[in-house]
Amino acid sequence: MPRPALHLAVEIDGDGAHPAAWRRAAHSPGELLTPRRLAGVAAVAENAGFTLVTLDDSILPPGPVNGPASDPVGRIGAVERAAFVAASTSVLGVAPVVATTYAEPFHVSSQLASLDHVSAGRAGWVVGVEEDPAAARAWGRPVVEGADALAREARDGLRVVRDLWDSWEDDAVIRSVATSRYLDRSRLHAIDFTGETYSVKGPSIVPRPPQGRPVVLARPGLVPAGLADVALVGGATPAEAGEAAAAAGAPLAFAEIEVALDTPGETARERIADLERYAPWEGGPDRLRYTGSAAGLVDLLTELGGHVDGVRLRPLVLDEDLAVLSRLVLPELFVRRIAARPLPGTTLRTSLGLPRPLSRFTTDAAAALVEEETR
Amino acid sequence: MTRADANDVPRPDAQLHFGVFFQGVNHWTIWSDPSSGSQIDPATFLRVARTAERGLFDAFFLGDGLRLRESEGGIHELDVAGRPDSIVQLSALAAATERIGLVSTSNTTFNEPGDLARRLAGLDLLSGGRAGWNVVTTHNAWTGENFRRGGFLDHADRYRRAEEFLSLARAVWNGWAEGAVAGSADARSWSVPGAVGRVRSRTDLFDVDLAPTLPRSAQGHPVIFQAGDSGEGRDFAARNADVIFSAHGTDFDDALAFAEDIRRRLRAAGRPEDALRILPGTEIIIGATEKEAEEKARWVRLGQVTPQVALGIASRLWGFDLSGRDADGPLPAEDPVVAAYDGKFGTRQLGETLDTVAEWRAKADANGWSLRETVIELGPQRGHVGTPAGLAEKFARFVRHGAIDGFNVSPYLVPDGLDDIVELLVPELQERGVYRTAYTGTTLREHLGLAPVA
Repeated sequence: MPRPALHLAVEIDGDGAHPAAWRRAAHSPGELLTPRRLAGVAAVAENAGFTLVTLDDSILPPGPVNGPASDPVGRIGAVERAAFVAASTSVLGVAPVVATTYAEPFHVSSQLASLDHVSAGRAGWVVGVEEDPAAARAWGRPVVEGADALAREARDGLRVVRDLWDSWEDDAVIRSVATSRYLDRSRLHAIDFTGETYSVKGPSIVPRPPQGRPVVLARPGLVPAGLADVALVGGATPAEAGEAAAAAGAPLAFAEIEVALDTPGETARERIADLERYAPWEGGPDRLRYTGSAAGLVDLLTELGGHVDGVRLRPLVLDEDLAVLSRLVLPELFVRRIAARPLPGTTLRTSLGLPRPLSRFTTDAAAALVEEETR
Repeated sequence: MTRADANDVPRPDAQLHFGVFFQGVNHWTIWSDPSSGSQIDPATFLRVARTAERGLFDAFFLGDGLRLRESEGGIHELDVAGRPDSIVQLSALAAATERIGLVSTSNTTFNEPGDLARRLAGLDLLSGGRAGWNVVTTHNAWTGENFRRGGFLDHADRYRRAEEFLSLARAVWNGWAEGAVAGSADARSWSVPGAVGRVRSRTDLFDVDLAPTLPRSAQGHPVIFQAGDSGEGRDFAARNADVIFSAHGTDFDDALAFAEDIRRRLRAAGRPEDALRILPGTEIIIGATEKEAEEKARWVRLGQVTPQVALGIASRLWGFDLSGRDADGPLPAEDPVVAAYDGKFGTRQLGETLDTVAEWRAKADANGWSLRETVIELGPQRGHVGTPAGLAEKFARFVRHGAIDGFNVSPYLVPDGLDDIVELLVPELQERGVYRTAYTGTTLREHLGLAPVA
């Protein structure tokens, strides 16, 4: 039985995956931090037919400040960019990276629920982690040290955020004119989370998001598999990515791929070589990397479709590679029905074939009603 | 008062500034009316913001609240509740509006300066220099139960933390020199060496060391708003704020006294008297005639103060649950009590409460008012009622005498509650030369006529 269509996501942080990508960008360096440039990239991604864009983030600069590597050191917060992108697009999913290592999970929950509201159900969340102790100093918080402690803050943060999304049942706003009650307090729930390092009372200050829960994307091992919707997996070959996907245990798995494509003027190798003059393209550990023609990438993605549910592309240089993806790669995938464009008016969950979860606090009566309605 | 010679006033050229306060959690928004829309749908926010922009308003404001209100042992059910994160909502509006300022109410107690300054700076860049920050503080442990820190701050320290927080935020916003980013891709590095600073602070409240990640916006950095009405709050505003919200905008003499007090505090803080804009919160109810306006005001009050809301307000005043009583009957015969402070809301003095209840009883007896009518007549007063011409005349007087610089308007209906103001009142104000006829700048700081950031 053929797998459903391959889901297509693209990372649009900065000027591209290469640290020196800004040297090949189609704009001046300072233009990176402007709304016009952000809206432009989002429009290209949406028009190309991507289901989802992701936006990397950290409280620390993306490159070392005044360091020898000379990378960009400016970045607008991913949540703010995601909200802006959501309002300037209509079908594109938007997933910022947010780490709960030092952030308040209560705020993170409100921000992501609100992103889901402003996007009418197109929000995702890439669960991040602030590994550098310098992030603790930037936050003004005690350092969270060691893999176990970092995983604990990611896991506990995710639990709190999810429970807060669920803390308003879908029908908590009753607007009962006769009784003067706007809310039904029995449909709002304290979450009473108590972890090792903190506790959170709840309920949320934001009504339940349109998707129930925005789509949670995480790399395997960072958070319990049962709490993520999409595992972001590595693997040096499609088969390895498939194995990592099977082992991840999440409903969906996306393979991470770095891509550098031939452009009308230059080959991908020439473009990489140009940037290697400034810095090496180190990339992520055991991640797929594709260098070459658009047709070759179409073949690779076709093969990947047999192993994983989706891909997250990390283009070498956004301004160059997104254009090739848009003109030559995605149209071919759509023609061959390897992948599908998101449909207008659908939520990100619907595009990804994920069910809309009921609040875990939902009473039996409300659940029965939903079942009745969807029958 | 009849129309005065425009030159016979302290500020003949003064301009009125309007902001719209999208309240979120409150009972003044009449959610029960069939024309009242969703209070969370993005289309609602967009409609209000665009209407305000059409009316050449300076700013769109969002409130804040970090725990759902409670009453009678559970979550309070009568009011509009549930609101978006303000910076997220405003970042979306930045993409869908052109000129209007976007002001976030954000709390200094349950945020960290490095993070919040960065988020506000992001909003400021994405909006082309239209961001504002309404600085609010909290100290109560009840709100703290939603946060890692819990209720960690003494009452006395909340303004101290706010002031240090604000100073750190300013350092973050000013962290990049002008022209800090390379002009071309051929430069040796993306940022000009030495142009990106660091922010370090080590006090008993903060231990921070960070590299700011954003340049200054078109307006330098977000405009600072503040709303404290206590002496401490007013001094904080006089030292730090560009705009102060007040509750002194209904009665002319009261508004003027507040403004003069603020000007005195500005002088004491070493700032010019015109460094701060005063925008009282208000409601504006418009009718074609005075009679029609009064009838509409009556309809608005009945929609806002339902029998259950009246009993809720009375319960808080009396200090015990009156929810089973008849709101259309007389005032409770019992004397009020004041519960022990439970950490949730402000403390009250029993003496003040007894005085208030005595006044309510006397006036209710004299006028034959029910409990609900008493709450409507004597509860918090909400603003201005009149014809477009009458209100324009009144507001021109307020602003030209320096009693206010404008109003932060709370519409009683969402999303359509600004329509009357934009369509009927604004043209009358423009005719009197007291309101802009077009935006003359692009930034919030320019709209407010504030001096550029140093």
